[in-house]
Amino acid sequence: MQRLTPRDPSELGEVNRPPARPERDLPWLQPLLLLAPAGLWLLLLLVLPSLLLLELSLIPGFRLGQAPAAYGIGNYVTLLDPLYLRVVGRSLFYACGTTLLCLLLGFPVAYWITLLAPRRWRSLLLLGFVLPLWTSSLLRAYAWITILRPSGVLNSFLGWLHLPGQTWLNSTPAIFIGMTYSFLPYMVLILSATLEKLDRRLLEAAADLGAKPSQTFWQVTLPQTLPGIAAGGLLVFISALGDFVVPDLLGGSSSMTVSRLVYQQFLGATRNWGLASSLSVLLMVAVGAAIALLLRFGDRKSASF
Amino acid sequence: MSLPRSWQASLTLILFLFMYFPIAVLGLYSFNASRYSSVWEGFSLKWYQQLLSDDRIHAALGTSLLVATVAVAISAVLGTLMAVGLAKYRFLGKGLYQGIAYLPLIVPDIAIAVATLVFLSSVGRLYFGIQLSLWTIIAAHVVFCLAYIAVVVTSRLAGLDPHIEEAALDLGATPRQAFVKVLLPELLPGIVAGCLLAFVLSMDDLLISSFTAGNGANTLPMEIYSRVRTGMKPDINALSVVLILGSGMLAFVAEYWRNASTGPGRPHRGGQ
Repeated sequence: MQRLTPRDPSELGEVNRPPARPERDLPWLQPLLLLAPAGLWLLLLLVLPSLLLLELSLIPGFRLGQAPAAYGIGNYVTLLDPLYLRVVGRSLFYACGTTLLCLLLGFPVAYWITLLAPRRWRSLLLLGFVLPLWTSSLLRAYAWITILRPSGVLNSFLGWLHLPGQTWLNSTPAIFIGMTYSFLPYMVLILSATLEKLDRRLLEAAADLGAKPSQTFWQVTLPQTLPGIAAGGLLVFISALGDFVVPDLLGGSSSMTVSRLVYQQFLGATRNWGLASSLSVLLMVAVGAAIALLLRFGDRKSASF
Repeated sequence: MSLPRSWQASLTLILFLFMYFPIAVLGLYSFNASRYSSVWEGFSLKWYQQLLSDDRIHAALGTSLLVATVAVAISAVLGTLMAVGLAKYRFLGKGLYQGIAYLPLIVPDIAIAVATLVFLSSVGRLYFGIQLSLWTIIAAHVVFCLAYIAVVVTSRLAGLDPHIEEAALDLGATPRQAFVKVLLPELLPGIVAGCLLAFVLSMDDLLISSFTAGNGANTLPMEIYSRVRTGMKPDINALSVVLILGSGMLAFVAEYWRNASTGPGRPHRGGQ
């Protein structure tokens, strides 16, 4: 047991007095200490680089080590060449197709996990579905090479069933499989966050009022989940649009996309930095437009998951 | 309600198989004796043995671990400070600051990678004498690690009682004490979960590393990419299994921390 010794009152006063706070005199000091380090880092390694990229995209045909030409929109004009328009169109096609596939497959899964599955299994099922996201995207694409290549797992299986083999690797089906595989978990995650908030009393009310299950779905459930569909769709669209690994490893040489072209122009043999910069700027603008759409029409809460 | 299981349940089951099938294939064929791995030619550990003696893989793994560790350590400090600052203060240009900080979450890696390369190889080299190396990879990784950590910490902050720091100040703590002894311990689960997520993403990054490495450094994804492009590599199967086990463990720890951080069992509102 410790004995409390009485203290001198003046000493107590000393203890209880709030310590001096120099920060009070400098109200801007604390926010500065909190926000400036990250802000400076981002300024140097994100803001300035992006601005420089924009500048470079306005120098026609810039190559490293050459004297830069005068400013102009030559790079953007070059992008209107059918050769490059096809690349942009192909990227959009893959992104739209993947978004659609993820929606069609992801919605029933999210619906079942959040509304129909036994309650105590729900969070575990959701966790199980998104767990593959923790593995390397490169290795997941590699796994699909193992499965889809001409002498791969799938063809061995088809051969065993005496079915004709497929030649999907290095073509469009492989890209859709790989991208859907990569982005489906995000879609399920976002949709189930929205379905979680669904007002179930409305579903019961619709049933009580004599609506058929399909009517309830189309007229009650779906409108309520539209914000989540928009958020999930845009997230998948953006991710698929900028994806490099899947088109590069599974798409073969015939499926050039924007991100592959940018990679090639910067690290490959051709090295037209000006043109590649304008493609990157285009990609950023597309993504920016998608985010603006999302913030305008989507549900911020489910988007920030 | 119909007797047979709903079609949604069947589809969910099929898609669960779809999600795990490729991982299972990697695992199975890492033990396959055949080099052309579609045919099973018996159980073998030779790909794991080959992996153990592969110096390039070891060096690349070391580089990746170093990059991820340093980048995450820097980001943990910067990201936590930023999240707290953004939660606490309103100021002119806050929306812009926030928008820029969270940009890496959504802008494709390739665009950020290209911008960083352009900057480092022009302004960086001319005015700061920067050569592309391990350190430029780390600097570039901090940009996106920061964003992920800040997001997780922000969601943790949103669940906290905003008055705990004020209470500490009223009880005579200095602002520094209130931050370090009261706020930081409350944020710790969020910080740890954010760091694990950022670590995994840093270990997985191919594009930003490729563009900022120059000839100076080679990370594990860069090494895997250069091998996988040129065809089947059975030893990559073995490597996959090792890496998947590693990230699976991290995922488990992260989920544990996340649950610890969002669970109801952490009262900080008086005696409720």
